[in-house]
Amino acid sequence: MTDAIIANDLHFSYTQYDESKKPIFQGLNLSIAEGSFVAVLGHNGCGKSTLAKHMNAILLPEGGKVYVFGYNTSEDEKLLDIRRNVGMVFQNPDNQMVANVVEEDVAFAPENLGIAPQEIRKRVDEALKTVGMYDYRSHAPHLLSGGQKQRVAIAGVLAMQPKCIVLDEPTAMLDPHGREEVISTIEQLNREKGITVILITHHMSEATRADRVIVMDKGHILLDGTPKEVFVHTELLKKAGLDVPVTTEIISQLNRTGAKLPSDALSIEECAQALCAWLKV
Amino acid sequence: MLKDITLGQYFPGNTFVHRLDPRTKLLMVIVYIIALFLCEWFVTYGIMLTFLAVTVAISRIRLKALFKGLKPLIFIIIFTALINLFYSDGEVLVKFWIFTITKEGIFNAFFLVLRIMLLVTGTFMLTYTTSPIALTDGIESLLSPLKKVRFPVHELAMMMSIALRFIPTLIEETDKVISAQKARGADFETGNIFRRAKALIPILIPLFVSAFRRADELATAMECRCYHGGKGRTKMKQLHYRLADLFAFLIGAAILASVIILRHYGL
Repeated sequence: MTDAIIANDLHFSYTQYDESKKPIFQGLNLSIAEGSFVAVLGHNGCGKSTLAKHMNAILLPEGGKVYVFGYNTSEDEKLLDIRRNVGMVFQNPDNQMVANVVEEDVAFAPENLGIAPQEIRKRVDEALKTVGMYDYRSHAPHLLSGGQKQRVAIAGVLAMQPKCIVLDEPTAMLDPHGREEVISTIEQLNREKGITVILITHHMSEATRADRVIVMDKGHILLDGTPKEVFVHTELLKKAGLDVPVTTEIISQLNRTGAKLPSDALSIEECAQALCAWLKV
Repeated sequence: MLKDITLGQYFPGNTFVHRLDPRTKLLMVIVYIIALFLCEWFVTYGIMLTFLAVTVAISRIRLKALFKGLKPLIFIIIFTALINLFYSDGEVLVKFWIFTITKEGIFNAFFLVLRIMLLVTGTFMLTYTTSPIALTDGIESLLSPLKKVRFPVHELAMMMSIALRFIPTLIEETDKVISAQKARGADFETGNIFRRAKALIPILIPLFVSAFRRADELATAMECRCYHGGKGRTKMKQLHYRLADLFAFLIGAAILASVIILRHYGL
């Protein structure tokens, strides 16, 4: 399997109001395999969003290199090739919609790429069907619910036919129902279309559904592995200012009182089974 | 409370008038305005009135909606009518104190009122039967020859459509800010006009701050979707002139020509 995104010795810092520099990354190394579903977790200000913006050349590294499908993000000529392959969805669905009709908004990216009108029509219809919003194609965005808006935003990115989608806390402003809509859409894209998904999130329950979880703390990678491998480190996660999934929390609390439960029982079913087995003894 | 504002004033429909190309409608409005200013007497005004009445009938726009559009102009209409009534030279009919009413004054006032009303309702017909997006597309397409003299046509159209897109969002936000400030005891209803104007500051500041934040995020989102100006950009929905548009143009030309000829004979 080839790598979709590689960060090589990445250095980056923000300039603050008083001209001083606030370093974010000091030599970050990371590679993300094509077709994987990666969740990135971390406390506020740990550099998650900054990392996301390096993945489609919105921000450029100060030191080191970022490669996206083999293209170096610092190369100006490759900018459109990079951005059409790595779509990005942001937190506030209202602030990423350009047009006041759903289908016009989805057509925005292919229009920018100079694709022929009939082909755009085809892509727009396909993208809207994929996210299940085809029936709303002639609606005004402000009349949709948060989850629906975010699905339209995903369709807007899909219309570019990207190989990878980066989602920066796409569910932060949604209610539980909208959150589920969005996450299942993302899962479906990953599984059925083989699109690489990088999901930046605060919600542990979302992270457990990924193949790989990366936990960031102060610009470094704290933990990296499958959800089961990562969530075993309850103490470390808490120290980084993060919650752990409810299941892991129950098991680690019980284990502290002397129970010997498997600490990698992550899903609700696994946890329930482990508890039942323990209670029977 | 702010949600009641209907912006763009578009009444969706699928009539002959609705289906016309937005460019046709824009050009028709220009022709209509020119013809209206060339009108002189009952016959020419009659032609314009008939044209407007037929358009309204075909597009099934309710008369109530048209008159609603005239409401804010009542003061201007009455004012111009009175000025014309009292300050025209000619055959004196009535005279009292400093006022003189002349025969010409009465006609002038009548025709001017008619002209203003026809002008306003005619242009309203454009926005009533054309969606804001179609209108923006039409303007962009009509102005596109100006690209040759480096006039930023695409940028203008983009700004218009983004403004249209964000009007409901910002209204919603204003509502929220007003509620939030009211909940903290802000008073917008009492005091003289200066106090009330001052009371608006705590609404405007958060609104502006958030508008700038939105603009910043939107710009990033647009860049992420490969926006790089109007260069090499295509459109999903192409505008096409159809047979109906030719028909409309012919009517427009006929009206303009007949008004010019009839005006020559003082009709």
